[in-house]
Parts: sequence; C-alpha cells; structure tokens
Amino acid sequence: MTKPVFVYVTYIAAPPERVWEALTKPELSEKFWFGYRVTADGNPGARMTAIDPAGKQVHDDPIIESDPPRKLVYGWKSLYKDLPDERPSRVTFLLEPLKDQTRLTVTHDDFDEGSRMFEMISKGWPAVLSSLKSFLETGRGLAATWGEEERRRAGQA
Amino acid sequence: MTEFSQFRPRTVYVIYIAATPEKVWQALTDPAFTRQYFFGFAVEVEPQVGGVFRLKTPDGKVHVEGEVVDWQPPRRFASTWRVEGLPGYGDLPECLVSYDIEVSGEAVKLTMIESHSWDVPDAILEGGRIGWPKILSSIKSVLETGRAVAMKMEGPPPGMTEAVRQALIEKPWMR
Repeated sequence: MTKPVFVYVTYIAAPPERVWEALTKPELSEKFWFGYRVTADGNPGARMTAIDPAGKQVHDDPIIESDPPRKLVYGWKSLYKDLPDERPSRVTFLLEPLKDQTRLTVTHDDFDEGSRMFEMISKGWPAVLSSLKSFLETGRGLAATWGEEERRRAGQA
Repeated sequence: MTEFSQFRPRTVYVIYIAATPEKVWQALTDPAFTRQYFFGFAVEVEPQVGGVFRLKTPDGKVHVEGEVVDWQPPRRFASTWRVEGLPGYGDLPECLVSYDIEVSGEAVKLTMIESHSWDVPDAILEGGRIGWPKILSSIKSVLETGRAVAMKMEGPPPGMTEAVRQALIEKPWMR
C-alpha cells in the first residue's frame, strides 16, 4: 500500500524570479489562477492565504520552507466546507533555472491512502500550471472550465 | 494485430493549450511542427488505422516506429511505439501512446497516455517521465507563442539502458 503523490513538471520560458513572483503575489496569481488571490511571499512560519473570486478566504496554511527563487513549501487544507474534510497535505515547488528558462516541479504529497482531495488536486494542478505557463509566456492566463466549476461552487458557499 | 485490452496506462500527462483542436492535431501529426518541439524529430504518419507511424531524427534515421491504432482527427490519435534508435530498445514489447484532444472552455485539454502490456520497471518508465513534460511543454509554447522551449535531448536517464538490458535477458513479458 502506498500513499498517493502527485508530481507535475513543466518548462516555462521565463526566469525563476518571475515564476516565483507569480506563485507568491496575489496581484499576479489572480491573472492565471482562475481569479484566486494567493499570497505566499512570507518566511517560514508566515501563512499562505488564498481568496477566491467571490472574496471568500479558502486557504490559511503555514509556509514550511521558502528559499526564493528556488524552493517553496506550504501546507494545503481547503477551507471550502463542501470539500472532503481531510488533514492538511503539503505542496512543494522546485524552480530550477535552465538558461533563461525554468523547470518547475510541483509535488503535492502527504495524503492519506484513498484521499479524495488527491483526486481533485490531480485534476486541478495541470490546469493551474498550464495557465501559469501561458501567463508568463504570453501575458495571458487560460480560462479553463475547471475555474468555472470552482467559481460556481464558490458562489454557492 | 496487437491485443490492447491488456495494456495499462503507466504515464499520464495533461496540459491545457490556448489553441483549437485542429491546431493541436496538426502539431501532433505534421513534421513541420514536430521538428520544432520534439528534439528536431520529424513525424511521419500514414493517416489511417493500420498505417505506419515513425519519428525520424534530423539526419533521417528512424528513431521510433509503430502502427496507427486510432485516427480520429481532431480528437484522438494513438499509435504503438518501438524505439529503434537506441541499441536493444527495439526488442522490448511495443508500448502504446495515445493523445486525446478535448475542448475545455476557450482552451484545449491534451491528454497523453503511455500504456504498456507488461510490468515495466520504473527505471524504463523514467525515460518517458523525463521526456514527456519537455515535449508537451514545448508543444504548448510553439502553439501559443510560435517559439519552442529551448532544450536538448539528454539521452536515456541513468539506469535505463541497464534496465532494458536486464529486461531483455529476463523477458518478464513471456511469463
């Protein structure tokens, strides 16, 4: 029996400093993270917070490790009440420079076996990270249907 | 004819691309596109089920050869793969690579699935697990910006060639 681990690697034609900014500053995240304002630019011990497009706070998690612009680790527990009530998991971003580009590896782990949240994030991250790549390379994020579903749910919450 | 019911997905990669399904289809099946994002390789495909599928190196050698298994433009393209360009690799059982193209809002969801008929060790899967994110990141950049993500093919990862050699001795797919 093994605990689920989600790993996604993407190559972005932007330097790690820009990828780092996009992942940690709310005025940038809202342009690609389907309207979510994610703040994660604090030191370890500070909080990662996320506000959904309806203005509801949906994350208040500890920043576990922060080494700009190389490595960021934070806890992950959604505050949406209609999502599975599971213990916090963990997200690790590894940013590796390749000339003026970045290899970004996102690892989301520390789930219990059979986690339903794991299934949800496995669908979510490819959309978020595809949109991040578009935003940094073209100036425009994607409008995925995943975001619309999230927004509908946020509206009902 | 290969029996595909026993093939199991082992590597899956999903990426969303701001393009039409027709453009994504073209990027997968037109050599002028694949040369830009697939380490310079040119795809060569007979557009029908049972047709020949090849990936050729920039100097014209066959690197991958297989057979078209599914051809439904612009929704689904699948073919078998045998890697002929690396010694010994071509003697492994062929794998199956499928691409599904779905409209998702204003974008396209592209799903690549690499499936195998036998219990492939991680050391062999690692080749694809390193390569697919490069190829699929680059296809997205080519379609959205006109420029590939610059990267070179690194050759098999450490341990892969040894794992292939071992598999060819033990032939676990014969059991």
